[in-house]
Amino acid sequence: MGGIMKKTDQINILAIETSCDETAAAIIQNGHTILSEVVATQIDSHKRFGGVVPEIASRHHVEQMTQVLEETLTKASLTMEEIDAVAVTEGPGLVGALLVGVATAKALAFSHQLPLIGVHHIAGHIYANQLVESFKFPLLCLVVSGGHTELILMKEHGKFEVIGETRDDACGEAYDKVARVLDVPYPGGPHVDKLAKLGNDTLNLPRIYLEEDSYDFSFSGLKSAVINTVHNAKQKGIALKKEDIACSFQESVVEVLVEKTYRASVEYGVKQVVVAGGVAANSRLREALRERFNDPEVTLSIPPLALCTDNASMIGAAAYNDYQKQAFRGLDLNANPGLDLEQYGKR
Amino acid sequence: MILAMDTSTDVLSVSLHNGQEIIEEYSSKNKNKHSTRLMPAIDRIMKEAKVTPQDLTKIVVGMGPGSYTGVRIALSTAKTMAWTLNIPVVGVSSLRALSLQAAGDDYVCSFLDARRGLVYAGLYDKAGNEVLPEVNILMDEWLEKLAALNKQVTFVSPDLDKFQSLIGEHLGDRALYKPNGHHLMRAGLLAEVGKDFGPTDPHLLVPNYLRLVEAEAKWLEKQKADQHDR
Ligand SMILES: [Zn+2]
Repeated sequence: MGGIMKKTDQINILAIETSCDETAAAIIQNGHTILSEVVATQIDSHKRFGGVVPEIASRHHVEQMTQVLEETLTKASLTMEEIDAVAVTEGPGLVGALLVGVATAKALAFSHQLPLIGVHHIAGHIYANQLVESFKFPLLCLVVSGGHTELILMKEHGKFEVIGETRDDACGEAYDKVARVLDVPYPGGPHVDKLAKLGNDTLNLPRIYLEEDSYDFSFSGLKSAVINTVHNAKQKGIALKKEDIACSFQESVVEVLVEKTYRASVEYGVKQVVVAGGVAANSRLREALRERFNDPEVTLSIPPLALCTDNASMIGAAAYNDYQKQAFRGLDLNANPGLDLEQYGKR
Repeated sequence: MILAMDTSTDVLSVSLHNGQEIIEEYSSKNKNKHSTRLMPAIDRIMKEAKVTPQDLTKIVVGMGPGSYTGVRIALSTAKTMAWTLNIPVVGVSSLRALSLQAAGDDYVCSFLDARRGLVYAGLYDKAGNEVLPEVNILMDEWLEKLAALNKQVTFVSPDLDKFQSLIGEHLGDRALYKPNGHHLMRAGLLAEVGKDFGPTDPHLLVPNYLRLVEAEAKWLEKQKADQHDR
């Protein structure tokens, strides 16, 4: 849609995010200031199933979406007349869940004849950092979540180059599987992190670096090592402390993540390193990154905890570039569960 | 000006109704494209009629049953438009809207294939009242219930082909069928039935799934079994 741009320097973007199990909306001014933000989480609805049930997630989204939007506008004391564009996560994610957000965003844009912007979920996670400080390029981003483990190089706004990615499980997935071995409740990641703080790195689990020059990751071997170690100990009648298992696993994950990120930051001469995704909330990862990146020439940005999990503020932040470029989308915008980040950057 | 929409079946249908009559209607059978085509279809009929979003006074939406995803696309669109334009929204059962294709007949059964021998089905009288509550049921079981009523029933369904012989087995010549062209969802008829309905709070309007999520149904069954064991 080729809406007419408002002649003011305050640009308010209303953003919507429904890619998984959070129904979220936010209003972001000029790509960096959160005017309001609402997240309706569904964790309690999925807990009894030990993971997100896509159909249940979609049902919740359609029930909660307009209420979340109303609360978002009320919190910012704004009306739709003061909104300049509507942004929405178009992918990747659960298709049924994404579709609710996309249909809602299009209905809003159409009703008020506003420009519509589609955002890649991971671009959103990366741009969560823009809500804290401005980007300096070249920039390296470590994306770690339940569905992603990637190292992404950015030379300018809105362009993404994947220089490393997981060859099997995502980092957050490995956490969930180890959480199951340790028999801690869903969602497992934060529980493993908590246990690890109380234990020691005693199990000598492998550090999986793959080829020397590779920035790719692999976590399935580590997960198997944890399972085997626990199994063997049981056979021998040795009682392993849960805390030690959690700590040993976490140390191995964090060491590889931090070391690869550091090496890539040196090779590409980056000015800023940002961390994004749910696992960016992990306390040990945050601590280890701060220890490793003590070079004043390189800015390390780790978003505050509230911006690590899925939210709409990050979508509104990422959408601002498209607003400036007037890269607007039509009313035929669709959900794209397999949307590729590099391709999205070429839009 | 009333805007009506339904995407609960393979047919995408949108319509404008001025309170007296249908003035625009667009229907298209193009499975799986509802997400990309619903909003452009609404845009198109509104432009044709020179109607702006601010001219709308009510939204009527087919709330299912049908394809879960399809139902949510129309519901999300309708709820959002009604809420943000501050106008009433009315949810009408998609089965009820379908039954209007045989309006005037004594008993009308509209149904949709729900796979594995199941259907979503409803039975309405001449005045549009539900004779039996809408259900998700084995077609065999449903037809037994209809046979027991000992009445003539007119069948309307986009999935009629698949079930016609089974219907014949149960109801014989008490089963009537509308001719071809009268078995698809039409938003114009949806507007006809919804125009006089009282509004629902857009926040509270939810799809008419007629079925629990499979994981939830299994979980509830397990809870019941566990209680028995105790
Ligand atoms: Zn995410």
